[in-house]
Amino acid sequence: MSDVVLETRDLVKHFPLTQGIVFKKQIGAVRAVDGVNLELRRGETLGIVGESGCGKSTLARMLVGLETPTSGDLFVQGKNMSKVGAEERRRGRRNIQLVMQDPYTSLNPRMTVGDIIGEPFEVHPDVVPKGSRRRKVQELLELVGLNPDHINRYPHQFSGGQRQRIGIARALALNPEIILCDEPVSALDVSIQAQVINLLEKLQNELGLSYVFIAHDLSVVRHIADRVAVMYLGKIVEIGTEDEIYESPTHPYTQALLSAVPVPDPKLRGQRDQIVLVGDVPSPANPPSGCRFRTRCWKAQDICAEQEPLLQIRDKSGHPSACHFAEVRDVVHATE
Amino acid sequence: MSTDVNVKLDALPGLDPKALPLQVKNLQVEFRTRNGIAHAVNGVSFDVRAGETRAILGESGCGKSVTAQAIMGILDSPPGFVTGGEILYRGVDLLKLPESERRKVRANRIAMIFQDALSALNPVFTVGFQLGELFRKHRGMSRQDAKARSVELLDLVKIPAAKQRVNDYPHQFSGGMRQRVMIAMALALDPEVLIADEPTTALDVTVQAQIMALLAELQRERNMALVLITHDMGVVADVADRISVMYAGRVIEEAGVHEIYASPAHPYTKGLLESIPRLDLKGQELSAIKGLPPALTNIPPGCAFNPRCRYAQDVCKQDPAPALFQVSPSRTAACHFWKEVKGDE
Amino acid sequence: MSDLSSAGTAVGGAPVGGDGPTTDAPGSGGQERSASLWADARRQLMRDPVFVIAFLYILVVGSMAAFPKLWTSQDPRACNTDRSRISPSWEHPFGFDILGCDYYSHAIYGAWPSMVIAIMATGGIVVFGGVMGMLAGYYGGWVDAIISRAMDIVLSLPFLLGAIVFLTVIKRQNIWTLTLVLFLLAWPTVARITRGSVISSKDLDYVHAAKAVGARNSRLMFRHILPNAVAPMMVYATIVLGSFVAAEATLTFLGVGLQPPAQSWGIMISVHQVYFLEDPWLLLFPCGLLVGTVLSFILMGDALRDALDPKFR
Repeated sequence: MSDVVLETRDLVKHFPLTQGIVFKKQIGAVRAVDGVNLELRRGETLGIVGESGCGKSTLARMLVGLETPTSGDLFVQGKNMSKVGAEERRRGRRNIQLVMQDPYTSLNPRMTVGDIIGEPFEVHPDVVPKGSRRRKVQELLELVGLNPDHINRYPHQFSGGQRQRIGIARALALNPEIILCDEPVSALDVSIQAQVINLLEKLQNELGLSYVFIAHDLSVVRHIADRVAVMYLGKIVEIGTEDEIYESPTHPYTQALLSAVPVPDPKLRGQRDQIVLVGDVPSPANPPSGCRFRTRCWKAQDICAEQEPLLQIRDKSGHPSACHFAEVRDVVHATE
Repeated sequence: MSTDVNVKLDALPGLDPKALPLQVKNLQVEFRTRNGIAHAVNGVSFDVRAGETRAILGESGCGKSVTAQAIMGILDSPPGFVTGGEILYRGVDLLKLPESERRKVRANRIAMIFQDALSALNPVFTVGFQLGELFRKHRGMSRQDAKARSVELLDLVKIPAAKQRVNDYPHQFSGGMRQRVMIAMALALDPEVLIADEPTTALDVTVQAQIMALLAELQRERNMALVLITHDMGVVADVADRISVMYAGRVIEEAGVHEIYASPAHPYTKGLLESIPRLDLKGQELSAIKGLPPALTNIPPGCAFNPRCRYAQDVCKQDPAPALFQVSPSRTAACHFWKEVKGDE
Repeated sequence: MSDLSSAGTAVGGAPVGGDGPTTDAPGSGGQERSASLWADARRQLMRDPVFVIAFLYILVVGSMAAFPKLWTSQDPRACNTDRSRISPSWEHPFGFDILGCDYYSHAIYGAWPSMVIAIMATGGIVVFGGVMGMLAGYYGGWVDAIISRAMDIVLSLPFLLGAIVFLTVIKRQNIWTLTLVLFLLAWPTVARITRGSVISSKDLDYVHAAKAVGARNSRLMFRHILPNAVAPMMVYATIVLGSFVAAEATLTFLGVGLQPPAQSWGIMISVHQVYFLEDPWLLLFPCGLLVGTVLSFILMGDALRDALDPKFR
């Protein structure tokens, strides 16, 4: 399967909870990500959805190397990142670049746009020879739809959407194959979101990029993703093609999530079968036994507390779901 | 107990119990800054009836929150100043009331909830104390009664184990629970009008669904007028009765929720609706509104939307800005070409 | 409240959330206003009369220290006891001191040690304290624990007592030892400021962005993190210059600082304190110069802080 550009196996990240100032002792751990298996194929977009605290941001930070996994393996183009030398790891990392959520804080306000987009070239001097770096930065600006003459401007001279374009240009500088988009449009206004999504799709077509697209906005993910993984409390509860997840979700959490999305069509008001979940997400420091969703699930039985449901294909819907009672249920969608 | 307060408010000159609970007429707000005067709100008018939900829809910087702050009288001043218009509560112009009277109206008749509940609640007092304070101050209740009422209120907004949680501090609540606490505080004195400024923007969708369901239920029970300020077209479609769409400090379209989603009459509204990802457009480019909203210090002459508009003609670039045209008896749109916009669906 | 803040940015002339092919759109109205934080701050400082006056005063004192010949042709060491304590006159504007030396030229030459000690000690604490704070804040863990405890120990010493004990014990009291004692006792404050600023900026999104690109620690520190600490350090350094000038005078006055025949404002004050009732000008001239200098530094620091903190605008 040379087609797989990124793979994780049982990826885990626990943040230790410590007590005491001088003599620290560990009293527990926040299980932010707890055994995640993913595959990203060449040219595809994998959407990851979930609510705050589900671990999707920690997962993203591990994928780009900002966090070290507690255990598990991360393969970039077949190479196990935890088993290669530091130098090779740096090279591997080059292939995964990050687009961050907040265009106002992700650019250093003291640097010009040229310096920001050109920084990767200074970090990896072998990518572009010194003399042609400025030209390359201008090409990147043009690629993301900005005026190349603005290379000496500062970030505050740009609007939010334009800054997000600068962030995208920086991510493209090292010619990566994989771009990890962590909520790339959620800080932008609706009319601007569409512009940035269009740009991301255009770049994917032109450059053959693979995206991991993390978002909480389900309709945006549906628009851009080929496959979707749904996360809850550090685990993937359901994964499948965009159609499978949105048309025939089998995990109760996915169903609740989809039904909670307001539909921008007043005609459907009152006709939707809306599942309003009770209670809050439990703390990831002390997740429920068995199925982690059982405390809020209307289908929960004794077995859910005793036995953890594995992520596997369970019924004729044909995609993996981590629920003992997985079955298709009709929901009216955000995007119909 | 609420009667004695109403007695006091009846003393307001010109109070007409039959008039609308809230009516805003031609409101003008400007911010005086180093870079000149920003017309944050430029002639905004709308009203809301008892039991009705009025949505004010717009993107950041369009003036929707400033409008809410002006109504509540909590505008940061300076730099913000209300320079014209009327804000009528049951026929009484709040802008002409002395501050002491206005405070009474604010606490008892018109209440507001905010996007960020954590910063709206005082971190150093328990939730019960903050709720109880309202009753003690405005209703003259004893400490004990106030506490009992606080527990009832937390129950009302469906906070589990209200009796225990009343002694918790705001940071001990989750985001959704905190929003419930804020709703409880806003509803404590039985207001007739509730202004909700992006009440669910900071929340996850499943929690958003809980909060919106709660708001709808409370509104129905109390026949309360709700002004919902948001940028989320989905939420608006779900709960609003009538919608005012704002752009660059003006209302550019006003209509019932079904009319606006079925056939928008202003190019901006139309653009917003079209830029939402839809299933039948999967794999295609989204239709985006080109360009960016103007800075409020530098609003283009004529229609503020004309540089981004695909319908724009020369007439749109000239002052005065297009007035609100009567599209139908129940709706208006501030576009010279509303017929074309509405017609070419 | 999203609208409140965003209305604020729109009002401030910065671009509103939005997008478009060029920035020549209305959003770029703020372009001329702020090329950078520092340019903006400079413009504001030049319009602040308090800062300008304080700055001119420091320029005068600085030139006294650097080029005393510019200000006086007298030799402060040409003394004649016959002229002891003669009142100010046209040729000798400050009169003569107890030993019959020209007091004006003594005051001019006395600026040098105060300024040199203050500048050297401040430079030292900025560099050393900055590095320590940077290391403690960036690496955290045991590095932070060691440095922070060291800072706590130094800060727990009463400043004056520490200085007196130190100078009495080493028994050498000159410019170098004075600088050293001021440096030793004051570096933790700078380290604390830097550490706090580094800790608050090392988790900024753009630092993570640079890390994700593969940037190494040195680049993260010097390019992305340290610049955030420069402004608070500058403000503190300006104020501390003033207090070091005062500290030199204090220590000298107490007899553990510079010793005659060296010339400094502290010596002038210390030698002539007993004559205050008969000839108050002997005390008033050096005290006036000293207070003016210290005050100017503090006012400059205040103005600088206001100019560098956008919240005060």
